[in-house]
Amino acid sequence: MSRYFRAEILFNRPLNKNHNLLSLASLDPMEEPFPGQFYMLEVSKGMDPLLKRAFSLFRRTPEGIQILYRIKGKGTSILRDMKEGTEITMLGPLGNGYRLPSDKESPFVIAGGIGIASVFSLVEKISKKAFVFYGARTEQELFVTGELAKIYKELVVCTDDGSCGVKGTVVDVLNDFIRNRDGIHQPVIYACGPNVMLREIAKTAAANGINAYVSLEEHMACGIGACLGCVVKTKTGYKRVCKEGPVFAAAEIVWQP
Amino acid sequence: MNLEVNIGGLKLKNPVMTASGTFGYGEEYAEFVDLNRLGAVVVKGLSLKPKEGNPPPRVVETASGMLNAIGLQNIGIERFIGEKLPFLRRFDTSVIVNFFGDSVDEYAEAAERLSATEGIHGLEMNISCPNKQAGWCIFGTDPKVTARVVGAVRRKTALPLIVKLSPNVTDISLMARVAMEAGADAVSLINTITGMAIDIKTRRPRLANITGGLSGPAVKPIAVRMVYEVYRSLKIPIIGMGGIMNAGDAIEFLIAGASAVAVGTANFVNPRATTEIVDGIIDYMEKEGIGDIGSITGTVHGG
Repeated sequence: MSRYFRAEILFNRPLNKNHNLLSLASLDPMEEPFPGQFYMLEVSKGMDPLLKRAFSLFRRTPEGIQILYRIKGKGTSILRDMKEGTEITMLGPLGNGYRLPSDKESPFVIAGGIGIASVFSLVEKISKKAFVFYGARTEQELFVTGELAKIYKELVVCTDDGSCGVKGTVVDVLNDFIRNRDGIHQPVIYACGPNVMLREIAKTAAANGINAYVSLEEHMACGIGACLGCVVKTKTGYKRVCKEGPVFAAAEIVWQP
Repeated sequence: MNLEVNIGGLKLKNPVMTASGTFGYGEEYAEFVDLNRLGAVVVKGLSLKPKEGNPPPRVVETASGMLNAIGLQNIGIERFIGEKLPFLRRFDTSVIVNFFGDSVDEYAEAAERLSATEGIHGLEMNISCPNKQAGWCIFGTDPKVTARVVGAVRRKTALPLIVKLSPNVTDISLMARVAMEAGADAVSLINTITGMAIDIKTRRPRLANITGGLSGPAVKPIAVRMVYEVYRSLKIPIIGMGGIMNAGDAIEFLIAGASAVAVGTANFVNPRATTEIVDGIIDYMEKEGIGDIGSITGTVHGG
């Protein structure tokens, strides 16, 4: 069993104009992934693009794994065009993943935009325990709400334009929730989304004495801790997002203004 | 079939080494690669004191290559000796320690400390990192300073001494000659080429450090040319590197004049690149009827 293995594309289905769901079947024995871990995927057999691309584990399937991704640059544009049956090499599962909540804790799982790709499998794992806060720019960028319905305890959806759910950001929604809801025992936050969102969640968590864990993103080359390319500044020095992360305690991060 | 090579007194079981900074301290790759099959592991550059390195973003991909500006982040020589070297010593491969200093004295002290340590087979002096602050690069670009720093290290070590040369010079053969005359047993080339990339939306550099070192297939023709030039002008063993992705690339460097090669950026693309290159070299030797890998070194020069 190796973390460097081959997989075949089962399907690569558009969810809207710039998001796809990629389903992969492993062709070699694969290591069991954990929510919050990630994979490096080969997007080209040639030299350009050269490096593998990092994607969160979206969901474990009987055949392999699924990746939910946003088409953003050259690598993801090429990935979008990859057809069913294509064989690729991949590296993973990588990184630490989310530390699971204890029985006494009430998990608040927060996703901003494509951040849902990282936290979905956590919600699935802790089935029916998570209070999920899911925000996107518009209704068209909200995914898997139907599937979430089967596994959350509560769901609050919000959009920047108000096209679905509450109009506003997940940070606003979270702050309201914390202010207005009594009797939730020992909340613990898990969040993935844009950096600005994570920084604000870190502030909210600190102000309310809540432990928060955030999944970070940074340019990566190797994905296995060798190149020291993907560091983030923490209170105890630079840490590798691919190795010590991608999930960090929010209080440990030195947030950039 | 003989894969063994001798690099200025350093005997390697085969000519494939890892390039410093791309293979961590070896342990990061041990689950993917049988380290016993490598000619040598060259570890991430070390200094006497740990270094924090540059702020992120530190890496950015460019066409057929990547820019990095790690800034020589490392755990320091003492922690390396205590925590990383024991692991590497379990393998039947040569351990080459890449090191640097901020002054001639620091270089000499680092070399002395490393030379007093069991389990290190050779030293590679980094005088050519493009990501240090202004002033530092004179170790690799000003021949007088190069001579002084290499000479100072030579006096402190009996280990095979490799000097890693910068391509960011007008005449790399001159730098190789200076290193050789100051006591280097071998030279390795090339280090990365200073480069830059700009985000056209923000109109800001893509790297926090502004500039970085370019590596990967994009630099290979430059590296091959420089190996060719150094081989032509002087008799010193050369370790060739720069964009080697497969066995064919490695063999090209040997033919240009290298006695061994180092695999760098390819490790990020394929964690098994190093041993696949060893296998590919063996295949090539079988197909071409080559008995001794050393016999192809420099053959492009004829005669």
